[in-house]
Amino acid sequence: MNNLNNLTAKQAREGLKEKKFSSLELTKACLERIKKTDNKLNSFVTVGEEEAFENARRSDNLISGKEDKPLLGIPIAVKDNFSTKGIRTTASSKVLDNYIPPFDSTVVRKLKEAGAVIIGKTNMDAWAHGSSTETSDYGTTKNPWNTQRLPGGSSGGSAAAVAADQCVVAIGSETAGSIRQPASWCGVVGLKPTYGRVSRYGVVAMGSSLDSPGPITKTVEDSSLILKVLAGKDDLDATTSPLPAGDYTESLMANIKNLKIGVSSEYFIEGIDKEVESAIKKAIKKLEGLGARIENIKLFDPNYAIDVYTIIQRSEVSSNLARYDAIRYGFGRDRFGDEAKRRIMLGTYALSSGYYDQYYKKAQKVRTIIIDDFKKAFDKVDVIVAPTSPSLALPIGASKESTMFGELSDVLVEPSSIAGLSGINIPVGFSRSNLPIGMQIIGPQFAEEIVLQTAFTYEQETLSEAWRNLKPKL
Amino acid sequence: MKINVRRVAKLANLPLSSEEEKKFEKQLEETLEYIESLNEIDTSKTLPADNVTSLQNITREDEVKPSLSQEEALKNAKSVYKGFFRVKGILRNE
Repeated sequence: MNNLNNLTAKQAREGLKEKKFSSLELTKACLERIKKTDNKLNSFVTVGEEEAFENARRSDNLISGKEDKPLLGIPIAVKDNFSTKGIRTTASSKVLDNYIPPFDSTVVRKLKEAGAVIIGKTNMDAWAHGSSTETSDYGTTKNPWNTQRLPGGSSGGSAAAVAADQCVVAIGSETAGSIRQPASWCGVVGLKPTYGRVSRYGVVAMGSSLDSPGPITKTVEDSSLILKVLAGKDDLDATTSPLPAGDYTESLMANIKNLKIGVSSEYFIEGIDKEVESAIKKAIKKLEGLGARIENIKLFDPNYAIDVYTIIQRSEVSSNLARYDAIRYGFGRDRFGDEAKRRIMLGTYALSSGYYDQYYKKAQKVRTIIIDDFKKAFDKVDVIVAPTSPSLALPIGASKESTMFGELSDVLVEPSSIAGLSGINIPVGFSRSNLPIGMQIIGPQFAEEIVLQTAFTYEQETLSEAWRNLKPKL
Repeated sequence: MKINVRRVAKLANLPLSSEEEKKFEKQLEETLEYIESLNEIDTSKTLPADNVTSLQNITREDEVKPSLSQEEALKNAKSVYKGFFRVKGILRNE
């Protein structure tokens, strides 16, 4: 069977069960695709071929023994900020160039328990600081749809790997946009769960009050499948919610009759790409045609979220990155790249005596305003729909022109991250220049089911559109 | 807004060259200037957010559970002495 690597997790699962192919064949197909394309894309920092083959063989034995696990034998790529026992974990920083974790992050442990085959670690902005992968110490990842363009970030390697069929599914993490924005620029599905829905244990800490691990997938169904594996309380992360996780695959249905969808003109910001604007407005019309009720709502100006996020994120970074002292593991602080140095210093400054009230406390107060603003909006509507990114994938080098690049390109995803909400990016089409356009669906906290349902309905209704058959030419 | 980069770098334990100090001073001041728009928002009656999902007093029993072995915990260390991390001395005989 050809191009097994193109399969979705759902298709792979069915094929493996019916013995149409083995996990070893599927894993080989992904690794061959990586070999053939990663010199152009640079999606991976580390590929673990031997371990992957060993795990694929073990999966095949289990499948022969009629074992049934949700991800048994399915090749998955994991962002390089998730600790993987015995596999180098760098967070794309040379500070951790030689770091081999002695333990698994909870996300990786759950993936393994569900039977997944981890094939490698994907490239990212160093320490997840950025929206381009250009701050990676291991080179920039390229957008599979146009290798002169950026994949977005910080989970750019994971989004590019899924778009280029180098894996079946990938895992990313979002602090403010790092799943949804690269998913948008690479034309794939990226789910940012509610803060506390998925454990942060063993993820290289960045903005601890914001970090949310989540799946990057080819379909909405796969997104719900992975969320079901990852979601839930974890004793090793006290911020995980005691609220029971949903059965995200069971509850997934294509129906949005009478669903109230909020649309806010504040999210069609000045300077938004015209093609993005018209594609999203067209998609909203389609949702209305499917029975949803579109309501115009007014949301707090997302531009202020940039200020809030910049202060809170830098402050948390300065504290989290203080642990890298080259004593227990890794190299010294001289190896931090410019972006990490800037963020550590700004955070140190914002938290320092005399400035704390002016910056950190002020930002946390405006954070309250943003949280309350969304609460008010969700009294009126079930979900909010908006463009994910105000632009198409930007050219390589774009991030180097502005120290605020990441914040500016994430302006439409930062407010919901600050409020800890659930959200998803789904592709809605392509620009004339053949670059993907993404739409985000934002839900209240712990409303992943309704977010996924809205996304699934849109996806199912547009499956026959011509652009769905496009594949990156590599 | 003036930022004393040398002092901040010292607080953050970051070794910087003098060229870096100059470069970062300019860049950090740009960022500080950018985020000044936050002052346009009246927060006189607003409480700061603490945690977004309203969890409170999350505790657990303090039990001994299996953990990393000493060998595993020291595996990535550059300098080890008799099962301990070896670090530079910080206390001196006066």
